[in-house]
Amino acid sequence: MALTNEQIQEKLTAKFGDQVAGFDESWGMLSFEAPKELNLKVLNFLYDEPELKFRFLTDLCGVHDPEKKGKELAVVYHLHNLEDNVRLRFRVFTSIHQPDIYTATGLFSSANWMERETYDFYGVNFVGHPNLKRILNVDEMEYFPMRKEFPLEDQSRIDKDDEMFGRGGTLGFGTEKSESGTVTEAEKHDTGEEII
Amino acid sequence: MSEQHIKLPEGSIEKTTTTLNLGPTHPATHGVMQNILELDGERIVSTEQTIGYIHRAFEKIAERRPLYQITPLTDRLNYCSAPLNNMGWHLTCEKLLGVSTPKRVDYLRVIVMELARISDHLICNSIVGVDSGAYTGFLYVMQYRELIYEIYEEICGSRLTTNIGRIGGFERNFNDIAFQKIEKFLDEYPRVLKEFENLFTRNRIFMDRLIGAGPISAERALNYGFTGPNLRAAGVDYDVRISNPYSSYQDFDFSVPVGTTGDCYDRFLVRNEEMWQSLSIIRQAMQKLTEFKGAEADVYHADVPEYYLPKKEDVYTKMEALIWHFKIIMGEIDMPKGEVYHSIEAANGELGYYMISDGGRAPARLHFRRPCFIYYQAYEELTKGSMLSDAIIVMSSLNLIAGEMDA
Repeated sequence: MALTNEQIQEKLTAKFGDQVAGFDESWGMLSFEAPKELNLKVLNFLYDEPELKFRFLTDLCGVHDPEKKGKELAVVYHLHNLEDNVRLRFRVFTSIHQPDIYTATGLFSSANWMERETYDFYGVNFVGHPNLKRILNVDEMEYFPMRKEFPLEDQSRIDKDDEMFGRGGTLGFGTEKSESGTVTEAEKHDTGEEII
Repeated sequence: MSEQHIKLPEGSIEKTTTTLNLGPTHPATHGVMQNILELDGERIVSTEQTIGYIHRAFEKIAERRPLYQITPLTDRLNYCSAPLNNMGWHLTCEKLLGVSTPKRVDYLRVIVMELARISDHLICNSIVGVDSGAYTGFLYVMQYRELIYEIYEEICGSRLTTNIGRIGGFERNFNDIAFQKIEKFLDEYPRVLKEFENLFTRNRIFMDRLIGAGPISAERALNYGFTGPNLRAAGVDYDVRISNPYSSYQDFDFSVPVGTTGDCYDRFLVRNEEMWQSLSIIRQAMQKLTEFKGAEADVYHADVPEYYLPKKEDVYTKMEALIWHFKIIMGEIDMPKGEVYHSIEAANGELGYYMISDGGRAPARLHFRRPCFIYYQAYEELTKGSMLSDAIIVMSSLNLIAGEMDA
C-alpha cells in the first residue's frame, strides 16, 4: 500500500512528539520542521524506518528570512522515497548568530557539496562536515552573499562606468561633449560620470 | 611508490606523486572547471574538483526579477538543452500560480523538450567519442543538432539560449516550417542515429576504452544523488517523467532504458536508447497533434491574463489588454504566497526548482537543483585508481555542463 502523508505525519509524531511541528501539505508535498538539534535524528529516522525509507536526498538548500528573529536561517531538505514515490520537505531553523547545524554527509554523500554551497551563500556552519569551504565563490570572500542584507545593485545607479553594458557612462543623448567630437578619450573617461 | 623504482639520491626528490591540473581551460574538460589530479605514474591517487569559474549568482539575481524575466536565466544553466530548463521553469511557475495548460500546449512542449533531450544526448555521446579518439561521429551528428536548432529558431527565434515558451504556453503557434522541419528530423534522424551506433556501439576500440571506466553501483549512485541517464546506467529505473508526470507525459508510451554496471559504456548505451525513445515520443506527439480539430487545433497558450502577454492588436485597441501588458512588462503583479518544488527530467537528470514566494513580485528564494552539480562530487570515487585517460572519458560521459554546475 502506498505511503500517504498522514501515515508519515503519524509516524513522526509518534516518534518525536510535539518537537516536529508545522505540518503542511500544500501542493501535495508534506513539509514540516524540527529543532535543529534533532535534524540528524529525524533524517536517520526517515532513512531507517522500514516503512518510510526516505533514502534519496533530492535537494538541500538554505533560506534566509531576516523577519524571523532567532530563526533567521533555514536549511531545507527535500527527501524522496523512491519505492513509494513520495517526496517530503523537512526544514530546520537556526539563529544567524550561531548558525551551527549537524552535517548530513554521514548519511548522504550528496550532501557534501550541497552543504558547502549552503555554507558558501548563507554561512551555515555544518558541524562535522569533512571539507567545509567555499565552493562557488572565491575563497577570499568575507561575507555570505545570499543573505538578505546584501541587496542587489540598484539598476538605476549612475556612478559606475558601465558603458559597455548599455547603461550609465557616456550614453547621454545630445550632450554637447559627445556631439562635438573634440573630447579626447581621457577627458571622456574623466567626465563620463557627470554627463547622463 | 613501489620498490622497483630507481633509487634516487637522498633529498633529490621529496614528492612521489605528480600533480596535474586538468582545467579550468583544458580542452578535455569541455567547460570551465578544474580537476586537480594527484597521479602516481599514470594512475590517479586522488582528485579534487574546483568549480565556480562561471558562477553568475542566478539565485540572487532571481530574487529581484518578475517570473518571466527569470526564464532567460534558466537558459544559461544547461545550455546544451536550454528548452528543457525553460519548460521546467514555466511548469514551476504554473504550479505556483495554479495554471492548467491545454493538452495541445502540453504536446507542443513535449515535442520541444524531447528535441532538446536528443540534442543534449547527441552532443554528450559524440563527445565521448571525441575523447576516446573518434572524431568522425561528432562531426557527422552535428548537422542534426543544427537541424534541431533550426527548429527552435522557427518556434522562438533563437537557437542556443532559447527563452522558449511563456508561462501558460508559447508566445506564438508553431509555424508550418517548424512542423516541416520536425517531420524532416523524424524522417532523417533515425538513419543517422543508426549509423552513429554502427560506428560506436560494437567498435572494439571504443568498447575497450569505455567498458569498466568509471563504474558506480546503484547504491552509491543513489547515495551520491545521481539522477537521469547516469543513475539509470547504474540500474535504477528512476525517471521523473514516469514517477511524477508533468506536461501530459502520462499520455505517451515509452520505456526507460537501464544499464547494469554504471560505467561509461552503460551511460553511452542508455543515452543512445533514450534518443530512440525520444524520437518515438515526438512521433506520438505529432500524431496526437493531428487529432485536434477546429478551434482546438490553434490553441497554443492557456488563458492567464496576469502572466501571458495579450495580443499586440488588443494592446493598441483595448484598455484592459493595455493594462495587463503594462503590468506584466513592468513586473507589477503580486504572486500568490507559497512554496513549490517542481522537477522535470532534464537531459542530465532531475532538474528541480524550489521557489518560495512571500506574495511579492519576485521570488523570495529560488533554488535550482542542478543535477550535474550534485553528481560531479562523485568524480573522485569514479576515477580513483584508474588511468588518466579514463578520467577524461568519465568526465565527458557524465555530461558535466559548467553552466549548470555553477548556476
